[in-house]
Amino acid sequence: MTGLEFVFVLIAALTLFSAVMVVTTPNMVRAALWLILALFGVAGTFVLLNAAFLAVVQVVVYIGAIAVLMIFAIMLTRKVMKDSGPQTNSTWGLAALIAAALFGGLTFALTRSPAATLMAPDFSTVSDPVAELGRALVSPQAYVIPFEVASVLLLAAMIGAIYVAWKK
Amino acid sequence: MPLSWYLIFAAALFSIGLYGVLSRRNAVAILMGIELMLNAVNINLVAFWRYSDLASIAGQAFAVVVFAVAAAEVAVGLALVIAVYRRRETVAADEINLMKW
Repeated sequence: MTGLEFVFVLIAALTLFSAVMVVTTPNMVRAALWLILALFGVAGTFVLLNAAFLAVVQVVVYIGAIAVLMIFAIMLTRKVMKDSGPQTNSTWGLAALIAAALFGGLTFALTRSPAATLMAPDFSTVSDPVAELGRALVSPQAYVIPFEVASVLLLAAMIGAIYVAWKK
Repeated sequence: MPLSWYLIFAAALFSIGLYGVLSRRNAVAILMGIELMLNAVNINLVAFWRYSDLASIAGQAFAVVVFAVAAAEVAVGLALVIAVYRRRETVAADEINLMKW
């Protein structure tokens, strides 16, 4: 096992453990803190995949904004759901069965696919992926339309969120 | 390391998120499960970019769009949770059943 593989297994194990804790911990504030650890693990995976820009965006957007927003919402709604009460609904067994079946099916299909044994090409052949990504996001030949549509979606969601949460 | 390692890792993360969405009662916990699922999708997108043509930046560009959609989703979702909490004094998903058939 090479050093890179060892680091990957370490990060993957940490991320999956934190994810399991997110969905099973009764205490919601602790679940949010486990979520932050899982998001850091995903950022580490991006670093392993040579996507440095996305790793930074992951930390800034997911951990800096989304996780903090989650903690705010948990604290604002905290007193109604006591941590001692049941946190899972009556069909959690069926949910676990569906999730396990999905994982089994995906693993079965993925290990059989010809792409599974693909090895990563040499990274040094690319000039600068961050500059490449920046050009692709504003170039009319590439992804300027999806990028602008995402911006409009974000604006609409922001206005909608303010309207929905407004105290009438 | 082969591509399948990343794909199986992402599949496991997606399944854990799906379990969270289907089993938790707290609406904020359901949103956390959705975040885990979106992260799994992003790992897949970036892994496919890294393991195929590095010059075409499609995987990373779509991952950026997924980031924007995740931020929009969580903003609207939490606003809905706060609005429901204000009216009904609950955030348990199985007690918010006014519009259920």
